[in-house]
Amino acid sequence: MSKYRHVGTEAQRPEGADKLAGTARYIHDITVAGMLHGAIKFSEHAHARIVHIDTSRARALSGVRSVITADDVPEVRYGFMRDNLVLKKGKVRQFRDEVAAVAAIDPDIAREAVDLIEVEYEPLPSVFTPEEALAEGAVLIHETDAAGRPRTSNVVPLPCRHASGDLDAAKERTAHVVEGTYTVPRIQQAALGTSGCIAEFDRNGNLTITTKTQIPFLAQRDFNSILAALGLEGRNVRVVVPAVGGAFGTGLDTHAYEYISILLAWTTGKPVRILYDREQEFAYLSPRQSASMFIRQGCDAEGRFTFREVDVVQDNGAYTSWGATYPNVMLVAATSLYRVPAVRFDSRIVYTNNTYCQAMRGYGNPEITWPIESSLDDLAAAAGIDPYEMRLLNSNQPGDVTPMGLKLATCGLTECLDRTAARIDWKEARGPERRTARGVGMASLINVGGGGKIYASDGSGIILKLDDFGHVNVAYGGVEMGQGLHSALTLMVAEALGVEPENVHINETDTATSPWDVGTHASRGAFMAGNAAVMACEKLRARIFEHAEKVYPAEVERNLARLRDRGEDVSPAGFDYTSVTRDRFDLQGGRLFVVDAPDEPWLQIDLGRFLRAVHFTKEGGVGTIFTEEAFYEPPTELPDWDRGIGNMSASYTFGVQGVEVEVDVDTGEVRILRLVAVTDVGRVLSPQALRGQMYGGIAQGVGYALYEEIKTEEGRILNAGFTDYKMPSAADLDFPIELEFVETDDPYGPFGAKGAGEPGIVATAPAVGNAIFDAIGVRILDLPITPEKIIRALREKETAVAGAGGG
Amino acid sequence: MREEVAFRLNGHDVAVEVDVHRTLLDVLRDVLGEMGTKEGCGEGECGACTVLVDDAAVVSCLYPVCEADGTSVTTVEGLFEPGGELSPVQTAYLEFGGTQCGFCTPGMIMASVALLAENPDPSEEEIRYALTGNLCRCTGYVQIVESVRAAAELMMERPA
Ligand code: FES
Ligand code: FES
Repeated sequence: MSKYRHVGTEAQRPEGADKLAGTARYIHDITVAGMLHGAIKFSEHAHARIVHIDTSRARALSGVRSVITADDVPEVRYGFMRDNLVLKKGKVRQFRDEVAAVAAIDPDIAREAVDLIEVEYEPLPSVFTPEEALAEGAVLIHETDAAGRPRTSNVVPLPCRHASGDLDAAKERTAHVVEGTYTVPRIQQAALGTSGCIAEFDRNGNLTITTKTQIPFLAQRDFNSILAALGLEGRNVRVVVPAVGGAFGTGLDTHAYEYISILLAWTTGKPVRILYDREQEFAYLSPRQSASMFIRQGCDAEGRFTFREVDVVQDNGAYTSWGATYPNVMLVAATSLYRVPAVRFDSRIVYTNNTYCQAMRGYGNPEITWPIESSLDDLAAAAGIDPYEMRLLNSNQPGDVTPMGLKLATCGLTECLDRTAARIDWKEARGPERRTARGVGMASLINVGGGGKIYASDGSGIILKLDDFGHVNVAYGGVEMGQGLHSALTLMVAEALGVEPENVHINETDTATSPWDVGTHASRGAFMAGNAAVMACEKLRARIFEHAEKVYPAEVERNLARLRDRGEDVSPAGFDYTSVTRDRFDLQGGRLFVVDAPDEPWLQIDLGRFLRAVHFTKEGGVGTIFTEEAFYEPPTELPDWDRGIGNMSASYTFGVQGVEVEVDVDTGEVRILRLVAVTDVGRVLSPQALRGQMYGGIAQGVGYALYEEIKTEEGRILNAGFTDYKMPSAADLDFPIELEFVETDDPYGPFGAKGAGEPGIVATAPAVGNAIFDAIGVRILDLPITPEKIIRALREKETAVAGAGGG
Repeated sequence: MREEVAFRLNGHDVAVEVDVHRTLLDVLRDVLGEMGTKEGCGEGECGACTVLVDDAAVVSCLYPVCEADGTSVTTVEGLFEPGGELSPVQTAYLEFGGTQCGFCTPGMIMASVALLAENPDPSEEEIRYALTGNLCRCTGYVQIVESVRAAAELMMERPA
């Protein structure tokens, strides 16, 4: 039996009923009295000089309240490297570029006005691939950096590299080597709820922005800069986050549309809402990065890894977002997935005239795991070893410190490998008995599971406030966006404080009431919130028990009097309730009692009654109320990116996925027959929410593996909608997915739990690729693995075989 | 061109004078203020806007409001009685984790209601097929399918 009452139980989502009843309020459902509607004029070129913008017809349209271009408002810089302007000046560098904006009394008028804005451009040469951008004499996308210093190349100055071990010596010990260049496409996060915000100023110049974001506090910092530009330096920015219709990384940066709604709210003196429709979400929000990754790895005669070399080239697009730091996270798997004694990692992020990219679930990890795990199977084949055995042989172990300096307090990789192999019937499914064109494959993963430090603080605050009725209100700065943060946090607060989950209420995220939090990303939400909650609950319990010493005797007497009134004969003899000391109290299920006599009903005080007794004190003196805060900063290091060394997370999540596929060799169609995912999550907090995270991540992983891809032509997106952008439907995922969780009880995790928001998507594509390789003997290096690529590879294989046969 | 359109919405008569080109989704949300029904794409591809028109599931973002004249429209708001309980389909979704971010959920629920009205005991395959037009980016559909199965059982146990 579990030692916990609430943690790990099959609880329902606390905010679920509202979502099911249609009463959860998303940004699209919120209107504010007097609100205007904003719309944006986007670039019509991938790279062009702006010669002239004529807004006269738009301004003349009835119902239009404001039209702005870069000439009408102060310059506001934003972006990870501050390389972007909210409204573009001088030139446009991508089709996503915002050149003008309108506020009007209704959305149709705003859109019509945008269409009336005429922009004259002088097209410039453009570059659409890193190769073009890096070529000798390539056009510079940014002539200067944010500080105005001239730039000489299109490489984004964000070095991230690593070298450990003696690579030359390792190569000498190497018996087998494989190498290859693997690519991953741009894909769309495609949250069902599109982006939007409402900005409004009060008459003191303080800003409130209600917005779909994952980083309310970093957004607050970002928006301070726009207030400064507007001459409102030092005024307050309040960021409120409504219900979020999925985000998957799109909310990790502030966006031009947010700044534009702020500018329009300022120019009009009215609240301004901007909402994206689906097409805009595809075209003008930022997709996941595409990347090209060269990998070379070797092993000794027994199959032990000797070295690994990785070179990443990432197409950044025209401006930087936090997604430009993907290589920081790629380092984790590149250096630390399996025991590899010598590692070299290098990365280059390159500006192009494509739409700039942004983070998505996994943040570089699905990308880097694709070459590592695919080439592992090739290496096993070269060495004549079963790839599962090779994974076992090289598996990380608890207590390991990896070349990057990651400290693996817990690591269930070996168990995940064994459980996956058992569940997918590894030996039999790969054996000679199988049907033609069927195969199994597996892939492992390591993911940050205790935050991921890429910012000055990776901390989270929490405030717990008890009211007079035994309810606890939780103010947390992280964002529930469907992942089940509130499910897990509710259970953890109930557990740590000693109340029932239905008495725990999590506030809407609001920078005015929630304490600072770096943002909800990197699978960190439940881990951070839980650790902070445990700290705050300990403080609360200590204070409750301290005050209990004073009010407990009188409250027990009230219990006794009540029972006597009812004619019950209770004899308090044998237990001295008048001088219980603080260390003898306990609180469970919202009842205060004494540990020496836990079952006597008359010795139990309802928490609400206790709180009222302390608040409205009858003993004279000053009453008190209970609010506690805590700030949890994980014991991690901000890595030195030039060396690629630093323990960036407090805990590491491991997992393995196993897949069985059948390939139709005539059509190239891949059918997944079943999928197994075994994940070391430290501890299961909320099983329902955790399963949801895994299933959802795997579904995205299947899309990544087999069909999702943003198609572009000269920087313009061609499939900006669900009609042409294929995303898995219920009928596509018609195979069984088996989940299993390994509980390694991590010492840093709340109740032993490690983060689990991202792992679902990380290992799916290489597991599918490896299964296809097992089934038909071809290796596709470029995601997605479409039927056309399979057919082409099969033909090439046939030709090669025929050629070899003829020679 | 504006026209009066009258229909029953969740059991109440409503009449609105609207531009005939507007969609039922627009009128529900922007004119009648019923925000339960969501817009995920506006082009008939995601199913987030699914409602029932005379008990048949339709994507309201493509459904011209004038065609709703004289019909009975049910949205997710119509399943929940004020102060009452969640409907069996909603109860099952809550219990089996059929909602995450919740944005696809109202449409998913209405599609499920329509399916169960037509086929009270659907197989997993039939559920997946019936929900093909309803995209969800969060769940991978597993718990949605489980929810619909559970709802079927709940409804067969205690028929409404
Ligand atoms: S909003 Fe109607 S189908 Fe997507
Ligand atoms: S629950 Fe988020 S899209 Fe379905």
